[in-house]
Amino acid sequence: MNLQDTDFELFAVPATFAQERKALDARWKELQREAHPDRFASQGAAAQRIAMQWSVRINEAYQRLKDPVQRASYLCELHGAPVNAEVNTAMPGAFLMQQMEWREALDDVATSEALDRLQVEVEAAREQALAALEALIDRKGDYLAAVQQVRALMFIERFAQDIENKSDQWGQ
Amino acid sequence: MALLQISEPGQAPDPHQRRVAVGIDLGTTHSLVASVRNGVAECLPDSEGRVVLPSAVRYIDSERRQIGFDALDARATDPANTITSVKRLMGRGLADIANRDALSYRIGGEAGMLRVHTAAGEKSPVEISAEILATLRYRAEDTFDDELHGAVITVPAYFDEGQRQATKDAAELAGIHVLRLISEPTAAAIAYGLDNASEGVYAIYDLGGGTFDISILRLTQGVFEVVATGGDSALGGDDYDHALADLVLAESGLTVQDDVDRAALMIASRRAKEALTTADAVTVSLELQGRRVDVPLTRAHFEAATESLTARTIAAVRKALRDARLKPEALEGIVLVGGATRMPQIRDAVAAFFGRAPLTNLNPDEVVALGAAIQANQLAGNGGADDLLLLDVIPLSLGIETMGGLVERIVPRNQTIPTAMAQDFTTYQDGQTALALHVVQGERDLVADCRSLARFELRGIPPMTAGAARIRVTFTVDADGLLSVAAREQGSGVEASVTVKPSYGLSDDQIATMLQESFSTAQQDMQARALVEARVDADRMLMATQSALDADGGLLSPEEHAAIEALRLALREAMASTEAAVVEAATKALADGTEAFAAQRMNQGIARALSGRQIESL
Repeated sequence: MNLQDTDFELFAVPATFAQERKALDARWKELQREAHPDRFASQGAAAQRIAMQWSVRINEAYQRLKDPVQRASYLCELHGAPVNAEVNTAMPGAFLMQQMEWREALDDVATSEALDRLQVEVEAAREQALAALEALIDRKGDYLAAVQQVRALMFIERFAQDIENKSDQWGQ
Repeated sequence: MALLQISEPGQAPDPHQRRVAVGIDLGTTHSLVASVRNGVAECLPDSEGRVVLPSAVRYIDSERRQIGFDALDARATDPANTITSVKRLMGRGLADIANRDALSYRIGGEAGMLRVHTAAGEKSPVEISAEILATLRYRAEDTFDDELHGAVITVPAYFDEGQRQATKDAAELAGIHVLRLISEPTAAAIAYGLDNASEGVYAIYDLGGGTFDISILRLTQGVFEVVATGGDSALGGDDYDHALADLVLAESGLTVQDDVDRAALMIASRRAKEALTTADAVTVSLELQGRRVDVPLTRAHFEAATESLTARTIAAVRKALRDARLKPEALEGIVLVGGATRMPQIRDAVAAFFGRAPLTNLNPDEVVALGAAIQANQLAGNGGADDLLLLDVIPLSLGIETMGGLVERIVPRNQTIPTAMAQDFTTYQDGQTALALHVVQGERDLVADCRSLARFELRGIPPMTAGAARIRVTFTVDADGLLSVAAREQGSGVEASVTVKPSYGLSDDQIATMLQESFSTAQQDMQARALVEARVDADRMLMATQSALDADGGLLSPEEHAAIEALRLALREAMASTEAAVVEAATKALADGTEAFAAQRMNQGIARALSGRQIESL
């Protein structure tokens, strides 16, 4: 076991997109129980420093594994297909059309019921994107197509965040 | 053949010797110190049996000062030199202090560090807090008749990095070894959770004298995982006092003329607020401008005047629940912490929001110190609640300033600490060898709307053409929530040196100067103190090595074992020296010599955890 192991090796789980959240949570706590700096508080500065490196590494892996977008990006990268979201923003026309429709719908929303309906629709799209990712990564091993799907999921999540922000403004 | 170890009296190498470890709740209005004795956490009383120490410091002149009840008693007659609620000034700048006129003492200071004008000269909030901490330290040392090994000090969950650093600096000035800074609601959860063997998700609603925190924690088999946290580090019981004082002035038609009036008004207001907890109406009696006034007030009136304060806390609760992605119904219970939660309107508002009555079966004043004591006991290696593990989060996002005064987020809020994030930078001029970074904390997009933490200067970048250097800057937030920055040029592997200029805190040099000044001017005293501290550190290192060897000595080859033994022996001999530097050098030699062993132990621990899991899943 060393700091350079992949997140999946560190968490002793298969390197697949499908993950069981409960198992990740339990494993995270198990690893932190061993490595957290608090376990070595009375053992000097060197032990503290090393414990901190481990603890940071475990938290990094946990953050990445529990989040579907980050997990999928990581898997694509491990298989030589980096997502590069900052430089590569090209998306299919149909997807962009749908995004624009959503944006307009959000601007026009006048009632909280309408906002809830939009939220349900976006949540359904998110579920669909996740299912597509699982098929592309775990069953077909098509990482290039998965990269496209990850980007779509990023758009969807950003939009879901905007809906939440609007709902907050209304709630206060 | 193994050599027998014969120790001098008072230098027992027994690693299982009990170390005095305490939990300190450094509060806005009062502070407490607690420790685990015979397996039970309890608050330590002063010589008169009082556990609470009012967080008040009075500077009588350049030599003399009063701390606690004595200072508080003098508040009415010497308001300008009696500093209360200093916690609200920690890690803040002058411009941050709203309502400055309501203070009965004077603050000033140039850009950055804030100072209080007192009879003993200008004092920083860090120094004033150190007086309170030192008083609690002496109380603990008197109680146990022994040196303090270390302390867990609590801070509001919503304290930013600057406020946490200021707290740690104050402890250092008070001569306290900080085992860990932990959040107040987390400390309360430890005391509550262990006491009630709780499992599930809990909300801790903590309204203290000057700060408000809401933390959502998941409790599972001794793991206290903070899921989300929120709050307001400038909202507390004090604000309710001020609102009540404003009511008194409005009702009586009088105004405050001087600091004596102001102090009298604040004292009477706090008393009236406390009385309104049980009574429906009170008469506020006080002397203003030399005249006795009696102002009748009802609880309904007071509650109406403070409704917006209470609403602010509930808004923060709603936001924290959303960050945790939880509905109010998902919670196992709501725990109230902090003296201000005694107010009926708080209990009612919390009950209305969650749809059930909050849990109040613990002393809201003591629970934070008790939880900190339990954690301190474990960190000191005294055993006890062995399976306790805290996984806390960073309360506010960390970012760096980019072009146009925008913030680039590097560590999002509610991320579990310790955590680290790396970011690559490059140079924009040929031959550029330095780089400046401005680190801010907050959720807003503009630098101007966030809290400035520090400016970091990276120097020693090898000169290259513009854009060729690749400087990887790593931001690390440790388990205390404190930030450190390291930088390395990736191509050449050159480490850049990083200097930190805290925006509202003290620099390392200032702390060092204060440390020297505080330990009297007598050279001899300073040397004696340095020697004592060097020996305590040496002792700590010897004990740490002993327990490491006991646990995992088998990992070492006979040669490695012998090398460590030699260093241990050398340190024990060095401890007899009267030169602090000699002791320090030997301590460092042992620390360096055991570093590889420590790494090996860690790796084995992780490997062991993994293999345990694999056997389980077979």
